[in-house]
This record gives sequence, C-alpha cells and structure tokens, in this order.
Amino acid sequence: MISYILRRIVATMPVMAVVALFVFSLLYIAPGDPAAVIAGDQASPADVERIRQALGLDRPFLIQFGSWVWRILHGDLGTSIFTNLPVSSLIAQRLEPTLSLMAMTLVLTILIAVPLGVVAAWKAGTWLDRTIMAFAVFGFSIPVFVVGYILAYVFALHLEWLPVQGYTPLAEGFWPWLVNLILPAVALGCVYIALIARITRAAMLEVLQQDYVRTARAKGLGQNSILFIHALKNAAVPIVTVIGIGIALLIGGAVVTESVFAIPGLGRLTIDAILRRDYPVIQGIVLLFSFLYVLVNLMVDVTYTLVDPRIRY
Amino acid sequence: MDRRTLLKGIAGVGSLAATGGLSMPALSQGAAARTLRFVPQANLANFDPIWGTQYVVRNAAAMVWDTLYGLDATLQPQRQMVESEEVTDDGLTWTFRLRPGLKFHDGEPVLSKDVVASLARWSVRDPMGQMIKAIQNELTAVDDKTFKWVLKQPYPKMMLALGKNSTPCAFIMPERMAQTDPFKQIAEYIGSGPMKFAKGEWVPGAKAVFEKFSDYVPRQEKASWLAGGKQMLIDRIEWVVIPDPATAAAALQNGEVDWWENPIPDLVPVLKKNRNISVDIADPLGNIGAFRMNHLHPPFNDVRARRALLTALSQEDYMRALVGDDTALWKPLPGFFTPDTPLYTEEGGEILKGKRDIAAAKKLLAESGYTDQPVTCVVAQDQPITKAQGDVTADLLKKMGMNVDFVATDWGTVGSRRAQKTPPGQGGWQMFHTWHAGADCISPAAYNAIRGNGDKAWFGWPTSTTVEKEVTAWFEAKTLDEEKAAVKRLNKAALEDVIYAPTGFFLSYTAWRKNVSGVAKGPLPFFWGVSKTA
Repeated sequence: MISYILRRIVATMPVMAVVALFVFSLLYIAPGDPAAVIAGDQASPADVERIRQALGLDRPFLIQFGSWVWRILHGDLGTSIFTNLPVSSLIAQRLEPTLSLMAMTLVLTILIAVPLGVVAAWKAGTWLDRTIMAFAVFGFSIPVFVVGYILAYVFALHLEWLPVQGYTPLAEGFWPWLVNLILPAVALGCVYIALIARITRAAMLEVLQQDYVRTARAKGLGQNSILFIHALKNAAVPIVTVIGIGIALLIGGAVVTESVFAIPGLGRLTIDAILRRDYPVIQGIVLLFSFLYVLVNLMVDVTYTLVDPRIRY
Repeated sequence: MDRRTLLKGIAGVGSLAATGGLSMPALSQGAAARTLRFVPQANLANFDPIWGTQYVVRNAAAMVWDTLYGLDATLQPQRQMVESEEVTDDGLTWTFRLRPGLKFHDGEPVLSKDVVASLARWSVRDPMGQMIKAIQNELTAVDDKTFKWVLKQPYPKMMLALGKNSTPCAFIMPERMAQTDPFKQIAEYIGSGPMKFAKGEWVPGAKAVFEKFSDYVPRQEKASWLAGGKQMLIDRIEWVVIPDPATAAAALQNGEVDWWENPIPDLVPVLKKNRNISVDIADPLGNIGAFRMNHLHPPFNDVRARRALLTALSQEDYMRALVGDDTALWKPLPGFFTPDTPLYTEEGGEILKGKRDIAAAKKLLAESGYTDQPVTCVVAQDQPITKAQGDVTADLLKKMGMNVDFVATDWGTVGSRRAQKTPPGQGGWQMFHTWHAGADCISPAAYNAIRGNGDKAWFGWPTSTTVEKEVTAWFEAKTLDEEKAAVKRLNKAALEDVIYAPTGFFLSYTAWRKNVSGVAKGPLPFFWGVSKTA
C-alpha cells in the first residue's frame, strides 16, 4: 500500500508539469493586460508600456515560462503583480478560510445526506422517499448564491441569529469561527447534500436487494444494524467516489459562496486575480488546486480499501 | 430566554468544554466606538498611490500620506504640509516652506529632501507633474524645511497640481521610498498622514486596517475635503471588502459594518427604509458617463460619423439604464465639464439637446461613407456602469442601421484592447465605454480624456488643434474669467470634433449607520471628523 501511495505521489509530478504548462500558456494567450489595470483609467499608453516592461511582461513566452518554472523548482511561487506580496503568503492567508468552509460543508453534507439517502432507500416508494427526493431535486436546482441570499435574509437579517458575512480565524475561538461558517456551509452544502443523498439512495437500493440482506433479515437482525452496518458498508464505494468528486467540485462552489458571504478565501483570491490578470497568483492557485485534486483522488482510492477489503493495490 | 442569552449560553458551555478555545469575541463599548468598519468601493489590491492610480488606492492613501496642498470644498488648493510659499515676479521660482511638527510614522521628521524625492517620483507619472517636469530647471532642497522649484516658464497652476485630488496625488513619502522607480511598487507604507497603515493586518481582497497616528499635528483650520485640520476621532478604521452588493447591504443593516461607500441604486430604497441607516449623495461632483470612438479607423475617423452618434444619442436612455428612475441621481450633460462647478459650460452643446434625430444621424452617417462595415463595440460586462451603457449603445447603433460587432468581455480585457491601435479586425476596436469622476472634469488640469493631442491623447487618439490650443490657454490663464473663456471655447471645440461622447452626468449614494456622524460629501471618503458612538 505504501509503495502504491508513493507511486501515486510521484505520478502527480508529470500531471502538475502539464497543468503548469497548460495554465501558463492559457494565461499568455488570454486577452487582458495587468499593466493596463495597474496604470488606471487615466494612464497614457506610454505609461502602460513602461509598467509592462517593469513587470517583465514584454519578455518572450519561453523566457517568462522558464523563469517561472525555475522559481517553482526553488519553492518560490513568485510575487503578486498587484499586491507586491509573495504568492505563497497570499495563499497561506486564504487557505484556512477555504479549508474551513470545505471541511464544514463536507461534515454537514455527510451527516445529513448519507442518513437521508439510507432512509429514502429503506422507505423507497413511500411519501418519505418522495419528500427526500423532492428536496434533492430542489437542492440540485437552486443556485448556491440564491440559497445564500435566502439564508442570510432569514437567519441574519430577520432572526439576527448569525452574521451576514466575514470569517473569524479558528485561533480567535471556536464559536466565532463556527458562527461565521454555518450559513455559507449550508448554502454551499445544499447541492452536495442533494447529490450524495441521491447516490446513497441508489447504491443502497441495489444493496438492499442482495441475498445477504435477505439473510440478515431472516436472521432477525434489527433494521438499523442491517441498514447502517451491513448494507451501507457495501454501498460505500460509489458514495465515497461521489464524496471525493464532490470535494473537487466544492472548490468551484467555494468561489461563489466566498463572494456571497465575503469570506476571504482562495475562491475570492482566484476571482480577484483573474479579473486583474494577476498571473503569478492565478498560476499559484491553479497549481495548488490541481495538487489538492490529485490528493483527494488518492485519498478516495485509499479509502476504497478500507470500506471494501477485496480491493487491493 | 432571548436569542442573545441563548447564544451566549451556548458559547459559555462551549468555553467550558474547550478550555478557552470556544469564546465570543468581546469588544468593549468604548473599543467598538473607536473602530470604524468601512466597505470601500473596491478591493485595495495594492498600496502605492503613484504606481497604481485606481481611486480606491488614492482614497486609502489620503489617510496615510499627506500632501503639500489640499483641495477644499470650494475647489481651491489650500496649504496643508506647506506653511508658506513664495513665487518670484517672473513666475519662474517657487520657494516652499514646510510647517513645523511634521513627522513620518516611523518617527522621522519630514524634511525637504523627502519632498523633493516624492515630487520627482510623482512628476514622472502625473500629467500635471509631467508638464512641470518638462519646464523644470531644478527641484532642490534649500534646507531641511525649505525647497525650491525653478522653472523655465511660468506655471500658474502649481498649487493646484500639488493639491489636486485626481490620481496620482502628490503624496509625500520618505526619501528612501520615493527613490523607488515610479513604475515599480514601494515595499513599505510609511507616510505622515493622520492614519498609519497596519501592513501586518492587510489581507488584499478582504481587509485593510488603518490606525491613528498619535504624533500627527493637524492644521488649525476647519477640515474641508483634503484641506484643513485632519482631526481623527476614530482610533482604528477597518476596510472590509465585500464584493457582493447585496451582502454589503445586509451587513450594513445588520450592524456588521458602519459605512458603505457606494451602495448600488437598486439597493438604496431598502437602505432608506431602515431607521438605523442614513443615505445621502456621496459626491456632488458625481461622474460623467462616456463612450469613446476610435479616431484612427473608419467609420469614426470621419467627424460626420462621430457627430451622427451625438445627434442620435439620448442621454436620458443612458442615465436611466445606469441609475434607474431616481431622477435626483442624474442630469443631462451637453458638454464635458462637471455641472455646478465654476467652469461648467454648455457652449456648443446644442447637438446633445432637444429631440433626438435618428433620420439626421443616418444622413450624416451616410455622408461619412459608412457602408455597413461591422463596428466593434467593446463592453466590459463586469462593470455595471459600462455594461448598462454598452447595452444602450448597441441599441442606438442598431437604430441607426449600423452593423454592431458587440464584444462582451471583462474590464481587464477592455483595458488592454483599448490600447491597441490596430484596425478592429486585427485586435483593435471602434468603441468602448467608460466613465470619468466629476472631480477630474472640473477643469482641463487632470482631464486626459478631453485632450486632442493625437498619438499622446487618451484611447481613441483624437487629434484636434483647436482643443489643444484651448487647453493651453486654460493652463496659461491667470484669472477665473480667462479660465472660463478658455473652457467655453474648449467645450465647443471638443463637441465639434467629438473628442468623445458624453452620455450624461450621474451621482451615487453613500450609506452609513446613524451612530456614525461627520460623513462629508466629497470626491473621496474623508475619515477625519468622522465619529461613532457604540
């Protein structure tokens, strides 16, 4: 297993290299010019050109790419064109809010979606199943920002229970941290709760028709034991797969959620960097996200071995 | 048990459970009253007001760096860091003396050498600074408190140049910082203004913090815009960047922030209904909407095609698209200068007044030789002001029978594409939309957009010798009457040559909670004189 994990980690290197080349090329050919944004609306074309030269953006593609790769190999993601701060510092500043939001969303999603899916499968065809599936369709259909606005209106403005926006670092206390994350996590989690609930239901329906479940029932095992110990474990592989994919999709969802709830995370950093053409920041974030994606896939593969002992690498 | 008690109870239980990890943040009433939470118009992405000339940078910089002069609410430059100035009879030598007690945030005194280095850096980037630099003999420190600017020819607008609020302002920095290449960013943020920048708390895109500079010695005069005594009544100002307007509105209503610089018109009715919130016009100098045509390529290289658009365009359509039905927020602008300011004129503005005449516009367009070639109209969709204007223009062009190549893109792309002089089919453009702060359009001083100096002109590169002649006449004017006369002629010439198309004058609101007082109307948010109760 350890050798498998090491092999997979080594295999991420060429993936990252391809991503790096792809992202750099894409940004190079993309329209837009950070120098023009920096110079402001009143700047003359000559000023814009001088700024472009000062930033080294007038150099040939290969030289720019080579210099960037050289820095990356030395552990330096570069410096933001706009803030003049190291990209690694900017990412570090934003990592905690995004990871917190994703973790909270994931916990909420699993705690709500899996039991819902199991219950829906157990009560398949009943009003309870239909209600849960109706909720799932609703969760799929409604955009994250709409859920966000509704939650903010009800729980922040109307009931005044929770704050509308912002993020408090965990170091400043668990409660303030939690309070700021509840609404965004619920908003972001809606679609994933719906997705995972449906997948869990489908996987469970298949498992519940297996002979061993009938045998368990015949043995007189309790319903909870059949559902959550025997059936769920055997239905877990597709559920884990979807949770894994969901983590990757959460990154995209976090961009919108962080904007709606003004959370200073990587999603907002990405949007700001793209709008301003802050190339080093975009490149740094994409590399990080690519690495996270590969890592999550690896974790999913490893998790398979835990839920299904037949799987071995 | 009410909600707050319940939440505190939960927090208390949590605190016990986590041995101190679970606790509510506690600000005393006094501390809350000394901290102002402000939602700025945009993200403070960089903090060098000479290198980056965005308004948001200027607004933050005005707290941290002081200026030699400051423009007051009557649009007159007043002494700020300067104690006195002398100009020789021939107008060639300006000698300035700094007022006593000026200190930088690192404790060092402000000296003439700092001023000289700062002005040298500023004059590379600022249009007025460039004019002075072009006629400069020498800029030198005479002693620690005196410096001298010797010119080859008189420059009557010297104090305006040093005190204007259009970007980049002539902010004074320590010599070591001011020696940075003006096309590269400074690495530290030490000023001599009333607030210090807390670099350690800066999260670009999310938060910027400013703390009161206890050694700042304000002038004794009453504060008026960038002039007078900058008395800070708040110890700490937190800029909270909230990109989503609906979230910013909710945060203001919820008391999570105290002041929102620029609420969008759609949300203003909601804010006005809230008894805890005050809403008022932010800046009486407002903004001027505009679209620019490329004077280098057909069809707009022919003045008849440009005039055709002025003949047909309805400023009311543009303004209603921008600010909705609130008629207090806009007015027609048959000219280029900011309404209700001393130099405002409608000279030559008939083409923008009265009933719009599409038939006459079509006739002019035909005379220009336009034959259905596509007109590339580049419109930034991520800026509400440009998007709304772009939609109206597209409709206008279609009504005039023009073939519109509508390029919906983002502001970053517009920024680079508009600099392209190549023909539209090869990456260039024929039209783009923008807007100008009214503060920049009170005179030709910082008004690049009205210049007609061809290759050196702003994007669109109009050439108009008449316009340039009148700009020079304004710079050389010695009295207000001379200035007014020059601007009248300039306005007329700029309309005749259609330097650009003004789409109207519009205002915006600002909103703050009623426990905040002292919010002044002006071209930027002024934090001196602002106080807050818990």
